[in-house]
Amino acid sequence: MSEPGGTTTLALGAAINAGLRQAMDDDPRVLVLGEDVGRLGGVFRVTDGLQKDFGGDRVVDTPLAESGIVGAAIGLAVRGYRPVCEIQFDGFVYPAFDQVVSQLAKLRTRSGGTLAMPVVIRIPYGGGIGAVEHHSESNESYFVHTAGLRVVACSSPADGYRMIQEAVRSDDPVVFYEPKRRYWEKGPVRLGPAADDLPLHRARVVRPGTDATVVAHGAMVRVALDAAEAARAEGRSLEVVDLRSLSPLDLPTLVDSARRTRRVVVVHEAPRTLGLGAEIAAELADACFYELEAPVQRVTGYDVPYPPSRVEEDFLPDLDRVLDAVDRTFGY
Amino acid sequence: MSQPLIDPPGQDDPGVQLLTPGGRRVADPGHPLDVDLPTVQGLLRDMTLLRRFDSEATALQRQGELGLWASCLGQEAAQVGAGRALAPADFAFTSYREHGVAWCRGIRPTQMLRFWRGSAHGGWDPRAAGMGNYTVIIGAQALHAVGYAMGIQRDGADAAAMAFFGDGATSQGDVAEAFTFAAVSSAPVVFFCQNNQWAISEPLSRQTRVPLWQRAHGFGFPGVRVDGNDVLAVLAVTRAALAQARAGGGPTLIEAFTYRMAAHTTSDDPSRYRDAAEVDQWRARDPLLRVERYLRAEGVGDAWFDDLGAEADDLAEGIRSGARALPDTDPLAVFDLVYAEPHPAMARQQAELAAHLASFTGPREPG
Repeated sequence: MSEPGGTTTLALGAAINAGLRQAMDDDPRVLVLGEDVGRLGGVFRVTDGLQKDFGGDRVVDTPLAESGIVGAAIGLAVRGYRPVCEIQFDGFVYPAFDQVVSQLAKLRTRSGGTLAMPVVIRIPYGGGIGAVEHHSESNESYFVHTAGLRVVACSSPADGYRMIQEAVRSDDPVVFYEPKRRYWEKGPVRLGPAADDLPLHRARVVRPGTDATVVAHGAMVRVALDAAEAARAEGRSLEVVDLRSLSPLDLPTLVDSARRTRRVVVVHEAPRTLGLGAEIAAELADACFYELEAPVQRVTGYDVPYPPSRVEEDFLPDLDRVLDAVDRTFGY
Repeated sequence: MSQPLIDPPGQDDPGVQLLTPGGRRVADPGHPLDVDLPTVQGLLRDMTLLRRFDSEATALQRQGELGLWASCLGQEAAQVGAGRALAPADFAFTSYREHGVAWCRGIRPTQMLRFWRGSAHGGWDPRAAGMGNYTVIIGAQALHAVGYAMGIQRDGADAAAMAFFGDGATSQGDVAEAFTFAAVSSAPVVFFCQNNQWAISEPLSRQTRVPLWQRAHGFGFPGVRVDGNDVLAVLAVTRAALAQARAGGGPTLIEAFTYRMAAHTTSDDPSRYRDAAEVDQWRARDPLLRVERYLRAEGVGDAWFDDLGAEADDLAEGIRSGARALPDTDPLAVFDLVYAEPHPAMARQQAELAAHLASFTGPREPG
């Protein structure tokens, strides 16, 4: 790693680690809670070294109980702490569902606005790593559908480093999705303060284009960028928008892009029905119906339980399915 | 294939007792309590006013002024004994029936009634009161108490958290998880289980085959049963458990053995599932009556009791007028409570509702 303020190259997992480290340095009320986050450093090593440097009181190996992790974090937040919970894998969050949805998300409202809930729930999510069942899910829609939560997904090391710090600083609960299959992909990260960075809830145009917009988040941003590169060879200019924030959605950025390219494809690993693609399609139809050349197309996971890993590539959105969807937008 | 229900053993043992149902003060060397007469009078005052509040709230529900009410009739000693054991720096996380604990935390009845009237989801500032919101999801608050206690540990503060829940909640995973978290971290938390024998229509035998206080042993911390209708015993046992927690001695499970004298809520009809004879048996163990007997034997005269009755009448009048005067939440303000920081969907939908409401020139037709 380089000196603070310099630019260095980090993998996504290491970048989130550096962001957490910075957040813990900045505020002694920040705690990390989760299964295996201490001595082991997390099963993906995202919390590697934090317990050694900040001690067992701030980086807590919890009992194996997800509801317990989130419920205890809520109590700590009432006491004035800012806990960061790690849910070891996407499919393990359901035992904590009540604590997230009925307690964490609603306590601010339920207390008449007097209780802030500055809790972050980190969830390594998505497929593509050949895992057994319950280890490859994309369940963001449950939480996007829940008032009181903010939901974000990082896609790059630079964003992982910044966004985790912003999530920790938020006085609202933030569900923080980390695309686990990108943990080892490297990119430039500028360490230290960055006043000019994009706010947490803004989408980013990661590749400008003119002919169609591909909207993605998390691991699908790379797929969208690859599709855009392939489309360029065919003479089509695709714009790629990284949502970054799933709740709230950055509708102005999406509408602006849709108005310029007039064709939109939304890509996500999560199942199709009532997924983010449905919401984005509805919002864009509302905002710029007459400016679109085609209905918003969706490239998503199918509405089935996540498949066995040896066939998962058939189910994950890939470059070909994205390009097919772009083709469909030109067929109207 | 229906199997007979089997009560856990020890249902005839009320636990630690310092005041018999007849009002006789008895000593328990393991649970000493040094209280003077004015303190006991104060406890009876709390319980009397609480009972009056409870009956007024039930009446207000019948009159349509409240949407629902969950009575704490019969559980006054458990709630007041525990509530008065709490120190100002402590924090209580409760279910929806702990009006007596709220009373002891200085929360006014009309603040509590905001919830039951449908005026707001919460009626007080939890941090200012040292008591969290009513929690309707059974057992969820036990984990909040443990987390709060873990925070106390990290602050090095001289305080404890207390989780209140019922016998039904002991079947919830969250309560078991709370026990585990508290045990392994030696968190300064007291689990106060009011075993009122009924979870709506389900008797204790549907929840457990062992006495509830014994559950603690499997988690590695002490458990104790106390006569939940004996305010002095509850005060003594809870004070000791809180002191132990504050001193770094870890959690305790207190099973306050009591009885839900009224329906589960005003929507419930207990005649469908329990015998009146059982209720009559428990009426003989009334938590207020035994204190009154004790005080009269100690020489407290009619004048004091008359004054207390008058104070309860005044309280009731204030509750009636106060409840009717509770303002509804401004519908547009609902959007302001959801997030601490600006959220575009809130702003958009708030404006949408505002425009819709403004489009009506006169009062709207219901429905």
